[in-house]
Amino acid sequence: MRENTADMHPPRALWVPFMLGRPFGVPGDAAFQRRVLLAVLQLLEADAGPVLADYPEDAPQPSEEEAAGVACVVSFGRAPREDDLGALLAHEIEELATWHDLAVRRRGRTTTGASGMAIPQAARVVASYLEGKPAPNLDGMSAGETLKVVCDDLRAYYVEAAAAKPGNPDAQAILHWFWHDTAAGRAFLELRKLCIASNDRSLQVFGGNTLVPRAVMHALGLR
Amino acid sequence: MVRLADLPEFEREHLLAKTRGLTGFEGRPWKKPPPLAQCRIAIVTTAGLHRRGDRPFGPSATATDYRVIPGDTPASELVMSHQSVNFDRSGFQEDHNVVFPLDRLRELAREKVVGSVADYHYAFMGAAPIKQLAPKARELAGLLKQDRVDAVLLTPV
Repeated sequence: MRENTADMHPPRALWVPFMLGRPFGVPGDAAFQRRVLLAVLQLLEADAGPVLADYPEDAPQPSEEEAAGVACVVSFGRAPREDDLGALLAHEIEELATWHDLAVRRRGRTTTGASGMAIPQAARVVASYLEGKPAPNLDGMSAGETLKVVCDDLRAYYVEAAAAKPGNPDAQAILHWFWHDTAAGRAFLELRKLCIASNDRSLQVFGGNTLVPRAVMHALGLR
Repeated sequence: MVRLADLPEFEREHLLAKTRGLTGFEGRPWKKPPPLAQCRIAIVTTAGLHRRGDRPFGPSATATDYRVIPGDTPASELVMSHQSVNFDRSGFQEDHNVVFPLDRLRELAREKVVGSVADYHYAFMGAAPIKQLAPKARELAGLLKQDRVDAVLLTPV
């Protein structure tokens, strides 16, 4: 944020009015990114500083269709029992595979893989905690660190799959869908409770701080 | 960066508290680099990026280290293990340049708008305690000098 930057007085800084996580504004829009990059590089030509400049151009707002949501185009047919979250998660991942495959084909890449696990395997790690029989930690990692990379991979898989669906859903619509309309969101919220109640400090930190976004916790009355 | 007014109050407070009363930033360092068309530029991001297979970033309190991203790393090898879940990742998932604009920088180098692009780029995990990053930042400055870097593009999330 501009206020944080002003507190630290870096020699040169460009404030941009984009959502957190997108400092160059618009994914897939090379011309937009180039304008932001040129604006920041041109600060190198200033004769004196510190310089804190404001970038004048907003990122385009999502269209009505993009903001409409994604839940309606997902059909989780013949799902397992509602109380078996681990099985529901595995089933949901299978249902989403065709969309994730499409996302990978379109983008030429996936950002899953920080855990080194395939997605079904990552889901089994989450299920193992929900079933009270935790899977072994990744090599050299605590339980909390293991769950962090596993959950990051699962979330990336869901978001990439959702973004490939018709309507080009925007970031807020996908976030809402994940936390309100998927078994994965329910599983993560259950996992959060288990981790916070655990005696393992790494799980407490993971569950308390780095699993559920603050905005979601506020929306669900968890804080 | 983002517009303060666009955020809910709890988010505003959380972010403002990160630098409120922060000491140690009283200095005003200033160095004029060569003209842009001669500048060699590296990217240092706090987005928690690294190559697939690199060790993921650990918990915020201890993640003061950095990861090296060689300039020839394909986008398909970039992953993110930032500890925070409170910023958008879907942009990065769609196009790494929205966080780590290496392709845009290379284009500017080809067009001779900037001098050249460094051989190595670096990533920190920005949820680490700000002042505890100083020793590694100093270490990195030495490495950037060895790579003949004139200017660094810092990209936060």
